[in-house]
Formats: sequence, structure tokens, C-alpha cells
Amino acid sequence: MTETLDELARGLAGVLPPGAVITDPVRLRTYECDGLTHHRAVPGIVVLPESAEQIAAVVRLCNEYGVPFVARGAGTGLSGGALPRADGVLVVTAKMRRILQVDLADRRAVVEPGVTNLAITEAVREHGYYYAPDPSSQQVCTIGGNVAENSGGAHCLKYGFTVNHVLALEIVTPDGDIVTLDADDPGYDLLGAFVGSEGTLGITTKVTVRLSRAPETVTTLLAAFGSIEQGGQAVSAIIGAGVVPAAIEMMDALAIAAAEAAVACGYPAGAGAVLIVELDGPAAEVAHQFAEVERICRDNGAFELRTAAGPQERAAVWKGRRSAFAAVGRISPAYIVQDGVVPRTALPDVLASIDRLSAEYGIRVANVFHAGDGNLHPLVLFDDAEPGAEERAGLVSGRILDLCVEHGGSITGEHGVGVDKSRYMPKMFTDDDLDTMQLVRCAFDPRGLSNPGKVFPTPRLCGEVPGVRRGVHPLVESGRAEQF
Amino acid sequence: MATPQETGPDAPQETGARARHGAGARDALSATGVTVRDAGPGDAVAGVMPRWVALPESTEEVAALMRVSAGHDLAVVPAGGGTRLHWGTPPERCDLLIDTCCLNEILEHASGDLVVRVQAGVTMDALAEALAAQNQELALDVPLAGSTVGGTLATAAAGPRRLRYGTARDLLIGLTVVLADGTVARSGGKVVKNVAGYDLGKLFTGSYGTLGIITEAVFRLHPIPRARHWVTAVLPSAPPAALSAGPSTSPGAVAAALAASQAEPSAVELDWLAPAGTFTVSALVEGVAAESRAGAVRDLLAGAAEAVPDVTGGGEAPGWWGVTPGEDVLLELRVPPSGVDGALRAIAARGLPARVRGSLASAVLQIALPPESAGTEPTELAKLPEIPEIPQLAEVAEVAAFVSGLRGDVAPLGGRLTVLTAPPELARLVDLWGPVGALPLMRRVKERFDPDRRMSPGRMAGGI
Ligand SMILES: Cc1cc2nc3c(=O)[nH]c(=O)nc-3n(C[C@H](O)[C@H](O)[C@H](O)COP(=O)(O)OP(=O)(O)OC[C@H]3O[C@@H](n4cnc5c(N)ncnc54)[C@H](O)[C@@H]3O)c2cc1C
Ligand SMILES: Cc1cc2nc3c(=O)[nH]c(=O)nc-3n(C[C@H](O)[C@H](O)[C@H](O)COP(=O)(O)OP(=O)(O)OC[C@H]3O[C@@H](n4cnc5c(N)ncnc54)[C@H](O)[C@@H]3O)c2cc1C
Repeated sequence: MTETLDELARGLAGVLPPGAVITDPVRLRTYECDGLTHHRAVPGIVVLPESAEQIAAVVRLCNEYGVPFVARGAGTGLSGGALPRADGVLVVTAKMRRILQVDLADRRAVVEPGVTNLAITEAVREHGYYYAPDPSSQQVCTIGGNVAENSGGAHCLKYGFTVNHVLALEIVTPDGDIVTLDADDPGYDLLGAFVGSEGTLGITTKVTVRLSRAPETVTTLLAAFGSIEQGGQAVSAIIGAGVVPAAIEMMDALAIAAAEAAVACGYPAGAGAVLIVELDGPAAEVAHQFAEVERICRDNGAFELRTAAGPQERAAVWKGRRSAFAAVGRISPAYIVQDGVVPRTALPDVLASIDRLSAEYGIRVANVFHAGDGNLHPLVLFDDAEPGAEERAGLVSGRILDLCVEHGGSITGEHGVGVDKSRYMPKMFTDDDLDTMQLVRCAFDPRGLSNPGKVFPTPRLCGEVPGVRRGVHPLVESGRAEQF
Repeated sequence: MATPQETGPDAPQETGARARHGAGARDALSATGVTVRDAGPGDAVAGVMPRWVALPESTEEVAALMRVSAGHDLAVVPAGGGTRLHWGTPPERCDLLIDTCCLNEILEHASGDLVVRVQAGVTMDALAEALAAQNQELALDVPLAGSTVGGTLATAAAGPRRLRYGTARDLLIGLTVVLADGTVARSGGKVVKNVAGYDLGKLFTGSYGTLGIITEAVFRLHPIPRARHWVTAVLPSAPPAALSAGPSTSPGAVAAALAASQAEPSAVELDWLAPAGTFTVSALVEGVAAESRAGAVRDLLAGAAEAVPDVTGGGEAPGWWGVTPGEDVLLELRVPPSGVDGALRAIAARGLPARVRGSLASAVLQIALPPESAGTEPTELAKLPEIPEIPQLAEVAEVAAFVSGLRGDVAPLGGRLTVLTAPPELARLVDLWGPVGALPLMRRVKERFDPDRRMSPGRMAGGI
């Protein structure tokens, strides 16, 4: 440990409870990566604060020493957003797991950032409420991480993402102030801008979430198709008919085979694709929509339809889909989970192109996706023992993102940019776009201490102290704007 | 050519720097090739007269205008339909009004993807009409005919259906803006699900033209519901004190029951003439099965209402639905839903004849002083005691006392009160926006985006 970190660690021990500052190399190592395990760095110091005030004190000390800090929730992120800095402090929210307030009359709950996504639903389920965004990792991932990533879930097609369900945030700004961002604040929607900023605009210390009423009826349908094209057509037809299902998920033959091997989900044999369509809402509404979806699936060649009657059967239908990521481990020694988005109508084209890529590079790709909103999760399978296979898989994975951008989509629908995709940002955005985003960054974090090196391809200096304008505007300096 | 000095008492003095740069500005603006004309009396922004008005037709033209403005230190205010340009605080200065009326193209309606890309000057009505041809809609209620996409985003305006669909920020998926120095920036994209980079769209919703000019927006759409039914009921008027007890017939209790109802109304609105009037509550139900669900809503309301609730189908909303309750002094009150009854009681206790209207279940209400009868149905409300005259200057103090008093009353309920529009005199007596916790951060954002304070300076909270 460097002298600076040494000194900082002593300072941190002064503002945190006993045992909340970790410097033991063995313990530090347990934090060296998040869900994207091939990016690793042992953090300089790990702290386990218990309150916003303690986080503010940590951040102020980091400022004093000019040391970067990275927030970490459960570490399930899939883009390396919580990758620590060897020269910095990792702020872990594991000790901030209290549900502070459940207010059914206001349909909201106030929670600390380390509370898991599912814990919120569990706290209110008996009253007929739930927290709508449901990432598959919901048992483990934290609300602080969800806010940072603007996480979605299978049901975001109808209900939206984290940003649509957060009413207020308490944050510690990168210079150590405690500020509340409220959806009801007039003026710039800073709350909305903060959500999805991947820890680069400060640390969330308290989250007020909207609680949703559990729907009267939930109906889940499993439809098996001969081919992925048929499934895709069915999806388009469902949306075209004006039905907005809670979820529409699709898996291709390879993904089904993997799920079958892993959890014996018992999906119809011989399916080239399965579609899971979940409808929820008022019973009368769902009954109508169900009939329509069933008809559309049959019209588009579904050879088997199953309806889940109760919660158990529904769980059985979802079992294969939920296990898909882990399941491919059964059919491939190694794999890359990709996350890209295309306009829904481009799905057939893009899937055909992925097939071609797969053949061209000799790399298998299992497709699992949130079909309703065009969010692809191709699982790029390879054998890490085979020389060159990892590189080829990496190429295929990158080419899939190119396809997404070419079709007017996005390089990430829910897993975030992190360290993993910052180099792809210029494919989607111009330098001017990125520099403009950087203005937001500089407003919040002029010293660039909050999770530096994430999201943006080239870290830029803010150059100016807010409030005081000196010298040439950065846009002018970079030759991107002219001043007359 | 009109200069600010000639236009009224509120116009700031022309600075030396401006006079210096002003000389060639008009020529430079014209040299962009964009239509530029001298401003006339109809172009004033909240009493401040611009010098010129430009009518760009593309993002690139807006960028060219902004580059010239940067070079000549011109203060710029964007205008949409101009429906409510006079609301809010006047700009500190305004040289150039950028009228977005010619940015009026619907660029792309990808109906299969339920997405539309439009220029900012397209009116919400024109957009609705085009989308309806494909049986789709942007689920954002706009209170005023002639409002543009840009103006709607810049003011974060939203109406009754915010309960089900959220507001502009929830439906906006991509944005193109031109910054003060002419930089063109895009964020988001054309897909509903997208977490790449910061969401500048969020930042610009509610920005009142102070960060830059919105030139294009991409929205997610919804299919037009097959049927719409409104259920309207009159709840008994209650003495202010009784509201605090939260009887099951109080607006707050009824709203809570409707919000929790499995009939899933898309909106629950209130119309109330305080302090003595009855409460009219109306709920909208949308969908294939709207009729049977409206029946459930009616049953629910029947227990609380004075008479059998009225159910209307076929697109017949009550006349006051989504209409602002007044235009002279208009306030917006937001409280957590459980605070609604307390807030209504506080309004009644203040004694002024306020008309309260708005989203009851979302607890976002507009308060007009004094009430106007425009847009209301001939219900009990119209028969209420004489409505006093529009407040004259002497009465502005009374309005100011109402605002600051009510602000104090609703603060403990977690509520906040902002003044949407009022006579200029009021602004001298009360802060129109009320306290905003994130103001220092907003200032820092403004300083980064517009360091020279040339974009609608002074039009937002805290003088931003
Ligand atoms: C099996 C599996 C399934 C998944 N399924 C989904 C899915 O369906 N949908 C989806 O969207 N994602 C999914 N994810 C990704 C991941 O779970 C989400 O991104 C989640 O929100 C991360 O939460 P976390 O607590 O693990 O955050 P971490 O991984 O610890 O951190 C993620 C990012 O958030 C920042 N951060 C964490 N806490 C804070 C805080 N308090 N303040 C500021 N920044 C903070 C970190 O710095 C980092 O940038 C899945 C992951 C796995 C492993
Ligand atoms: C301060 C204020 C608060 C308001 N609050 C509400 C409210 O809470 N609820 C409600 O229903 N209505 C509100 N309105 C009314 C709202 O302006 C109208 O409902 C309408 O949406 C505006 O559309 P317009 O095209 O006529 O805009 P205009 O009336 O022309 O302009 C309104 C505002 O938007 C800015 N603006 C317009 N176009 C652009 C653009 N392309 N880029 C950047 N900025 C632009 C203008 O500079 C101005 O500040 C408010 C208006 C103002 C001025």
C-alpha cells in the first residue's frame, strides 16, 4: 500500500466504526471483481460504512487525498462497473440493508442502498404490493446497484425500468455533500439523470421507490415454434394487435437445450424457439388479451401452447428462462453474456446475421432475449482450452454489438457500459455527444474521483472549477466548436 | 429595430459588451441563411422584447444560429407554440427568439416498434393526429392546444394519465439538442430499452430553455385503447376539519381506494371549488374491457358519492377534464398521496375562493386564484357563491400570503407548492418556485452547459 493510502486508511478508521476499514490483502481480494470476472483489480482499501454521514466523511477524505472511490452493492454487475481501483477506495454498501419505511398509503418505501431488490417486494407482498423492476438477479442485487445501472427485468416491457420507479434519492455527491434528488423538484430532472449513471455521479445512500399494486390476474403462456422466425413474427403480431404483455421472452433451440440439460424445464421437444408471454392486469382485460395472443401464436405456427394456471406452473414455465445464463455452462466450458438492443422489427434480420457470424467464426451462439423490447442476450459459447477460441468469441460478441448499432439500437439494454463497453461508446455516440455527457459529469464530479474510467472511453479532465470560467471552453479547445 | 430599453420597465440595461458585439450580429444571423426578422410587439417573452426572431428548419440551422449567438454574446430564448411563453420568470435578457414553428416534421414513425421521431416544433395535436392513423398515441395529455413537443418537454407538462403512463420523462427515449455554443448533442436512441451513457433527455425535461434548444425527440408510443370510459361522482362537501379525520368519503380516501383498485383506472381527477364546494371526482378506465371495469369503479365510488355516479363512454370526458383551472394565478401543489386531504383542508382554511383541479391519485393538483368558470360543466360548482373579481394589485399581497402560508402548511405533509403563473407583482413578494434541495447541483449543471448565461437566463428556479 502506498503512503497516501496508508494515511487515508488511518483517516478513514477515524470516521468509521471499528472493523469498517479493510486493508488486509486476503480480504481485499474478495472484492477484486464483479459479475464480469475477467476484469480484476484488488482495491486499495475497502470500507463498510453504515450511514450517509459516514459515506460523506469517506468521500470527503478521498477528496482530501485526491484518491478515487468506487461504490459497490452486491457485485452482480455484468459490465465491470464495480471494478475496484488499486489506487482507490471501494465503498461497499453491505451494512446498509435496512428498509427504513414502508408507506402503503403513499405507495412508496424508503430503503438503504444495500437492500436487495427482492427484499422490497418481500416486505410488502402480504399487502398486495410489489416493487416492479425485477432483474433476474433480484435475490442478490442491491437497489443501489439497480439505481446505478437503471436495471430492468423481464417485466419492464410493460412496467418500465428502475428510473420509472424511483421517486427520490439521497446521494453523497462526489465532493461529499448529502443531497436529495426528488422527482417532484421543479427544474432539471437530476434524479432521472443520476439513475443509470453507473456510480460516476456520486453514491446513493437512500432510495424512495414506488410500490405497485399486484395485478388482479397473471396468465403465463408458453408457445413452441418450429423456428425462431416464426416466434419473431408472433411477437410482432402481438404488439401490432395493441397488446402490451407484461413480458415476452424468447429462447432459441440451443438455449432451450442448455436449460433442459441444467434444470430439466420440460419445454416442448423439437422446438426451434419458445416464447413466454405473460399477461397481467384486470381479469377481464387479461382474458381478452389471452385469447388474442393464443390466436396469434397459432396463426404464426405455434405447435404447442401451454398455459400456466397457478404460481407453481408459472414458476415451471419461467424456470428454463431464468436458468438460461447459468445453464449454458452445461453445454460450453466458457461463454460471454452479451447485452444489446435492436428495434423489435429488426429482430429477424439481426438474428439471421448472428447465425451467419456464428457459422463464419465457428462459434456457437445461444439466443435468449427480452423479445418484446428487442433486448438481446446472445450467449457466445467457446472452449477456453482451445487456442484462439476466446479471441474469436470476443470478435463475434463485438460484431453483435455492431449489428445492434447498425440497426439503430443500443450497445446495452440493461447491463450497463462499465469498463466492458466504454470502448464501444463512440460507435453509438459522436465526440460531441460524449463531450456533452461529460459536462454533466464535470458538474457533479469536477475532480473525476467517482468511479473514474467507467462509461466513457477516454477520461477527460474537467479543467474548470464550477462557477469560475477560465480560459477557453473545452469544446473550443478540442476544435469541436468555434467561437466568433 | 426594437431595443430592450424601449420595451418596458423590466428590460435590463444593455451592457457595454453587448453594444460592442451587437453591431454585426444581425448580419451574421442573416448570413446563416436562416429566416430572421426583427421582433414585433407580439414576440415579447414575459414582457421582455427580443431584438430578432429566427425561424430555423433543421437542427443544423439551429446550430448555426447558436454559433453566431455565441460569437456575439446574444441571449437566446426558444419558443414553441408560444402558448405559455409568458408563464414563469421573465428572462434577464433576450436578444434572439428562436421560434421552432418550422421544425415541424414528423421524421419517422416506426409503428411496428411503437416509436416516433419528431422535430421539436411539431405540435402535440398534429403528432396525435398522425399517430392515430396507425392506431397509436403518445400517452401524454397536453393541456393546451398548439403546444409543441419541445415546449411540452421543456416545461415537463403532463396531464391526467400520468397515473398510468408517467410523464414526458418516462416516455422520452431519445433527444437531440443544440447547446449554447452550437454543439449538437444526442442521447438515448430509437429503442425503448437503452442504458448507454447519461440520459440527457431527463436533464432537458423541465429545463425551460435554460440548457439548450431541443430540436428532435424520440418517444415510445402506446396502442390507442379500444375503449375509454369515465366515471364521475360528486362527493359531499366537508367542513375543513372533517377532512383531517379522513372519512371514507374524503377525496384522499377515495383516491387511495381507486389507486388500489383492480379496475386499474388510468387517471383519477378532482375538480373542487374551495372552500365550500362539493368535490367532483372522475376516473378514466381504458382498455378492451373498459366498460365492465368502469362498472367496478362506479360501485366503488357509489359508496362515497352523494348520488349515483355517472358513467360516460365513447370519449366523453367531463368538460373540465385536463383543463387548467385558471390562468391569472395558477399554482401547482404536489404532496405524497396520503397528504391530499390535509392539503385540501389547508387550502380551504386559507379562505380564498380557490379552484383546485388535477390528478388526485398522483397528488399533483393545480390551484387557480380566483377560479374561472371556463371549461367547467354546469354542476353544483357553478351555483356556488359569487366569485370575486380578479385580484387587483392590492390583493396581490393576499395571494402572496396564500402562497407562503400554504407552502408552510403542506411542508410537514411532504408537499411543495410552485407558482406556474402570476402577475409580475407577485414575484416580488414570494419565491415562485419554493425551496429546491438540488438547486446547487442544478446551478452547477447550468454553469457547465451555458457558462455565459445566454440560454433563457433567469427563467428557472433559483434564477438559473
Ligand atoms: C445472473 C444475473 C442476472 C442478471 N439479470 C439482470 C436483469 O435481468 N436485468 C438487469 O438489468 N441486470 C441484470 N443483471 C446485472 C446486475 O444484477 C444489475 O446490474 C444490478 O443492478 C447490479 O446490482 P449490484 O448491487 O450487484 O451492483 P454492483 O455490481 O455492485 O455495482 C454495479 C454498479 O453500480 C454502482 N453502485 C453500486 N451501488 C451503488 C451506490 N450505492 N451508489 C452509487 N453507485 C453504486 C457500482 O459502482 C457499479 O458501477 C444480472 C446479473 C447476473 C449476475
Ligand atoms: C414556467 C412554466 C411552467 C409550466 N408548468 C406547467 C405545468 O406544470 N403543467 C402544465 O400543464 N403546463 C405547464 N406549463 C405550460 C406549458 O408551457 C404548455 O403546456 C405547453 O406545453 C408549452 O408548449 P409550447 O410549445 O406552447 O411552448 P411555449 O409556451 O412556447 O414555451 C414554454 C417554455 O418552453 C421553452 N421551450 C419551448 N420550446 C423549446 C425547445 N424546442 N427547446 C427548449 N425549450 C423550449 C420556452 O423557452 C418556454 O420556457 C408551463 C409553462 C411555463 C412557461
